[in-house]
Amino acid sequence: MTPKAAIRAEADRLFAAFQAAGAVPVDADILLPAETLLDLYGEDIRAKAYVTTDPVQGEMMLRPDFTVPVVQAHMAHGADPARYCYRGEVFRAQDHLGAQARESLQVGFEVFDRQAPERADAEVFALFGGLLAGLNLRAVTGDIGILMAAVRGISASDKRKAALLRHIWRPQRFRALLDRFSGRAPMPAARAALLARLAAGQPADLIAASGPLIGLREVDEIAARAQTLLEDAKAAPISALEAAMLYDLLQLQAPAPAALTHLRGIALHLPAILPAVDRFAARLEALRAQGVDVDTLAFEASHGRTAMEYYDGFVFSFVSGEDVVASGGRYDALTAVLGQGRSIPAVGGIIRPHLVAALRGAA
Amino acid sequence: MVKIGVPSKGRLMEKTFEWFGARGLRMAKTGSDREYAGVVEGVAGVELVMLSASEVPRELAAGRIDLGVTGTDLVRDKLADWDRQVREVAALGFGQADLIIAVPAAWIDVDTLDDLDAVAAAFRIRHGFRLRIATKYHRLVRDYLTAQGVADYQLVDSQGATEGTVKNLTAEAIADITSSGETLRANHLKVLSDAVILRSQAMLYQSALATGPDVGALLAKIGLRP
Repeated sequence: MTPKAAIRAEADRLFAAFQAAGAVPVDADILLPAETLLDLYGEDIRAKAYVTTDPVQGEMMLRPDFTVPVVQAHMAHGADPARYCYRGEVFRAQDHLGAQARESLQVGFEVFDRQAPERADAEVFALFGGLLAGLNLRAVTGDIGILMAAVRGISASDKRKAALLRHIWRPQRFRALLDRFSGRAPMPAARAALLARLAAGQPADLIAASGPLIGLREVDEIAARAQTLLEDAKAAPISALEAAMLYDLLQLQAPAPAALTHLRGIALHLPAILPAVDRFAARLEALRAQGVDVDTLAFEASHGRTAMEYYDGFVFSFVSGEDVVASGGRYDALTAVLGQGRSIPAVGGIIRPHLVAALRGAA
Repeated sequence: MVKIGVPSKGRLMEKTFEWFGARGLRMAKTGSDREYAGVVEGVAGVELVMLSASEVPRELAAGRIDLGVTGTDLVRDKLADWDRQVREVAALGFGQADLIIAVPAAWIDVDTLDDLDAVAAAFRIRHGFRLRIATKYHRLVRDYLTAQGVADYQLVDSQGATEGTVKNLTAEAIADITSSGETLRANHLKVLSDAVILRSQAMLYQSALATGPDVGALLAKIGLRP
């Protein structure tokens, strides 16, 4: 067990380095309203966070991460552009027996900047890489933006694309949907039977015949989805070529330069990803300019898909075995969700000082 | 002294008494009908602890009882890493029920979990909040829906009369235990065809903390693998 003093000293060192890099320290509450977090992360966060109840404020959560309060603070009264850093405890309920940390320090750095997003991506990654140098960590990068561009670029109905985009962060369901939309998986018997029933009459009659309609969902909502199902059953599958490109993209893992070459190959058949691939290329140049060894930098197209669902561009982690020592990424869309109509491109990440201190102690 | 926790009332208690009785361990309630106390005859050194079935998992995990009878649903919902805290000794062959997800029967567009997920997305856009699923099995349902990649839902707590929550407009769907499905039908609900979260039944459990030789000896005496 690493002594708390060593962890705190490591946190202080990282916090000072982030300030030296131009970040303004920000504070965040430990008790956060649960509603915002639940709306953002979904019900999963309830299993991961400590939930408590305030007689007046209702459900509250012990801060599971800093991103939401920091973004909220910036959207409410931040400078533009801005660089922030923070240091404090986060709390994660553990659903398994064992020694995982329930309370641990995080030190973070966030950049809100409308100019040159690739340069900001590279700035954050290089800063983290420098602070973690010598710990023998493996850096992995990815780019959710390329995946999203690929989904938006395939020839499929808007509803199918929306269904795929919604599940980018749930790889298993995404895969099941893609298999079905591309005709690789046969239509399940239950769905075929459902379609046959729906085709047998008008939705309003079928609903009436099923018994009294209870609950908030109304006849027109049910009828609209019934219509969608019937239309979707008639829709042509995603072309074999486009589907093959998507499957290929999902599995892409290579050193960054080879990944770029491969992505340019995919873009020949899926030209909609070209702007995202160009941004990837620009980021590699920016990383090189920051002194990062791009030639050996690992790129995994699906990296970050099982993380919390707000990253929508560059993503990265620094790992040691199973431990994620640091992680981060770009979350432009999140600022719009929390910004009440306003948004700003943003990228940042956190370092877990207890893991850094443990590695230094073992070294 | 081996402590056995058994459900303190109803059919579950009677069936449990029958099951042990058939194996030479006669259990009976003592005192008045309303008093939660019992005795074991036929084998020395066994103490009967009468409990609510929902408290058996916690008591087993804490080691305050060595053996206990309760439903697999309760153990798996209430204990983190249940299989490291208790051991399944024997399925008792009664108390069968499935933990399922049910939606209004009039939802003609919904048959599977895939449909429920799609409806949850549309529901959130239309109504401005996440589709509510009423349940008391929070861990089991959440773990299941997470593993299945369902999004845009929320669990709302319902400790009883869960089938009525949809009609009362406090939930859009429910996740509950059912055996015959009659109550569901009477409340105008239907079961998702592919979403059996757990097939539950009454089970004899051994606490992971109950490692003494007397527990093993007792299990051997009633014909079970220690």
